[in-house]
Amino acid sequence: MNGIHFRLNGKDTCYDGSAADRLLDVLRDTYDMKSVKCGCKEGECGACAVLIDGVLVNSCCVAMGAVDAHEIVTVEGYRETARFAALSKAFADLSAVQCGFCIPGMILAAEALLSKNAHPTEEEVRTALSGNICRCTGYNAIVNAVLNAAKEGDGLW
Amino acid sequence: MKEICQSVKKKDHDPKIEGRSVYVDDYNLTASGKKILCGRLLHSIYAKAKVLSVTVPELPEGYYWVDRNDIPGDNNVNIVLDDTPVFCRDTVEYIGEPIGMVVGPDEKAVEALLKKIEVEYEELEPMLDLRNGDTTFFDYHFGHGDVDKAFAEADKVYEEEFTTGYQDQTYLEPQGMMAEPEEDGRMFVHGSLQCPYYVHGAVARAMGTGPEGVHILQDVTGGGFGGKEDFPSILGCQVAVAAKKTGQPVRCVYNRREDLEFTPKRHPSLSKYKLAVKDGMVTAVEADVRFDAGAYSTLSAVVLQRGIIAAPGIYNIPNVRVTGKAVKTNTTPCGAYRGFGAPQTFFAIEMMMDHIAQDLGIDSIAFKQKHFAKQGDMTSTQGRYHFPVPIPAMLDEVDELCDLRRKHIEYSRPQSGRYRKGIGFSAIFHGAGFTGSGERDMIKATAKLRKYADGTVEVLASNGDIGQGVRTTFPKIVAHELNIPLDKVYYSHPDTARVPDSGPTVASRSLMIVGELLRRAAIKLRGIWEEGKEQEVEEHYKQPDFMIPFYLDRFEGDAYPTYAWAVSAVEVEVDTYTGVVEILGAYGNFDVGTPVDYNIVVGQMEGGFLQGLGYASIEKMSYDNKGRIRNNSFTDYLVPTTMDVPHMVAKMHVEEYPDGPYGAKGAGELPLVAPPPAYLEAVEMALGGMKKHRLNAIPFSTEDVILELNKEVL
Repeated sequence: MNGIHFRLNGKDTCYDGSAADRLLDVLRDTYDMKSVKCGCKEGECGACAVLIDGVLVNSCCVAMGAVDAHEIVTVEGYRETARFAALSKAFADLSAVQCGFCIPGMILAAEALLSKNAHPTEEEVRTALSGNICRCTGYNAIVNAVLNAAKEGDGLW
Repeated sequence: MKEICQSVKKKDHDPKIEGRSVYVDDYNLTASGKKILCGRLLHSIYAKAKVLSVTVPELPEGYYWVDRNDIPGDNNVNIVLDDTPVFCRDTVEYIGEPIGMVVGPDEKAVEALLKKIEVEYEELEPMLDLRNGDTTFFDYHFGHGDVDKAFAEADKVYEEEFTTGYQDQTYLEPQGMMAEPEEDGRMFVHGSLQCPYYVHGAVARAMGTGPEGVHILQDVTGGGFGGKEDFPSILGCQVAVAAKKTGQPVRCVYNRREDLEFTPKRHPSLSKYKLAVKDGMVTAVEADVRFDAGAYSTLSAVVLQRGIIAAPGIYNIPNVRVTGKAVKTNTTPCGAYRGFGAPQTFFAIEMMMDHIAQDLGIDSIAFKQKHFAKQGDMTSTQGRYHFPVPIPAMLDEVDELCDLRRKHIEYSRPQSGRYRKGIGFSAIFHGAGFTGSGERDMIKATAKLRKYADGTVEVLASNGDIGQGVRTTFPKIVAHELNIPLDKVYYSHPDTARVPDSGPTVASRSLMIVGELLRRAAIKLRGIWEEGKEQEVEEHYKQPDFMIPFYLDRFEGDAYPTYAWAVSAVEVEVDTYTGVVEILGAYGNFDVGTPVDYNIVVGQMEGGFLQGLGYASIEKMSYDNKGRIRNNSFTDYLVPTTMDVPHMVAKMHVEEYPDGPYGAKGAGELPLVAPPPAYLEAVEMALGGMKKHRLNAIPFSTEDVILELNKEVL
């Protein structure tokens, strides 16, 4: 069977390009997943973070060959869930979204944490988001939003 | 809290959090369905050189080389002056200066072609010395009183030098612009930018058309902080020239390394201060301020003006003499960054006041407090503080928050052991709007409201939402005055083809100045409102009557109508084994007048506060003896993460400004300015105070702590 087979936001997908292609580029250019942002392309900022089998990974540092048989989630898929709605409401309540560029990555970082730890402490939230740079907010609103989502979305995670 | 302060859901919340917002790099095709060519710039590899020849290999079909010979109009980018070229002239003046652009359909092929271009340079000696540089773009002097007499009669004269480093804005979305030739012959330029009309003027000039020959749209913009004030004019001209040559849409998005290395950042500074003290009071200040402008003048004039006006700080010092120079070096041109020159001088005066107090053996908070300016006092430019100066009350509030005064005295006593504590205090102002008469004479802002037959109202203005929330706060003001639901009022990203020039998105001016125009426009519309009818109203800027006219040639008069104020306290613990400074708490008290949306304003304060702490500590960037910036990645240029300042408190203090909407003053830049001196004072205190370790430079990193501590054993 030719190509790289993986699940993208719940859909079986086959990529025919090179196994050396960069996941970030393929998600944006081939599959039009424009929520995945390019902030540095060297694994430092978290703007391109996606979930691979539920684990937060910077997609700029992943070759397509490595996603064969794995499951990828971006905000295009995640935004259809009740968990996303809870996070979105919590972020809205604190106006935690400013320029927005880091936010899709932040949301997936929050999901990666909450899916493992539904009732995190503030320190656990800060640790979980520490690979995602936000230059606008100073992080307080984002961290508090994740804590509020965990509280108000009780039972979702 | 007033009704207008109540937070609402931001209008751009849903598209941004859902990943649906279209940033410039997110277009697959243009809006009209055309393919977009990729443009990448060829950058100079020398800080100063003659460009003898550029040899371009034979290009495959569909690929183009674009340089200055392709510019239909002027090869001068209209910023403050016009010395910045679109593409380099006969010489290159800094590492990174654009020589030309390769354009084509495939990004990888474009990158490969770039590497094949051969440039023959004749290397020249670059100027890389801020201290001794003798080419100055701008040289200002002002003052008042009898400074020489005050120094002659002083009990003691204090002199010290202060330096500050680069700071990069590090918006998460790198610079990016796109140009599309339109059927009617106009050039449509859009992208990540703060000031549509700045880009408009620049592109019209480079294209050699009148203003009607181009129009500029701000796309969703992933942060600016000043970094997208002037630079998009340059990149906008480059893509427009490329689009003109190819007849096709062209986009150029910087990668992070290019962005960190080659785009404007905060001016490094060297400030020499001399203060006279008599009977325990400062009687004179002399400040000699040098800003490293980089290779072209860009915004240095206005950055320097704001910086030197703040040179005496918030203190009432009777005799003042200030000189300021923007020095040319063969490095990346510096530009605007939140605070706009003021962080450099406030850092110096705050540290200076602290050091004098230590020498006098008194607590520096009390010493500073004796000098705080009050309402009615003269400003550094012989204007007036027309409104109450709330600093003493704000200081008391911070004292309550973190037990500042007690800790300030306690930590000043000798400490021993591995971990040592310090707490620093600083107080600053920020004047909103353009310096002097700039709003009245240069900007002349106009804003409009258009009411449609269905009762919805559109805000027409040119201020871009760069995360600070004007897409929400502008409609909020209008909906409030019209007493209609917020969802009936909207503000789209501005396109110069359909919005008036309400000025650039800079200088903490959007809400205070344009927000007030919109408030007045809404009142006007309310008065003529007719159901079912399309109606339009317009308002123009009017300078408040109380202002003392400002003369830039003499730096005399009211530089700003009013001031926002900030007090900050930073508490640290220094590990004397590792040099690591842990910020135990950072406390800011901010007076931006009435916060028109509490959450949005607090978000501005917290974000700026953290940038200020980064500037003071970990954000280190410099150039080497070839003029090359080495800190061009997030590995080498560190910005704060969630882990760096977990306990950061932003408190709002409200001193309403009668000429701002509902009492609002400028907000965006204020929070960055106060933290650096507070941070460094805290670190110095933890290390044993000025007599053991006199600190006068930022950023002050872990490595710098170790270097200081090593002095003890040598």
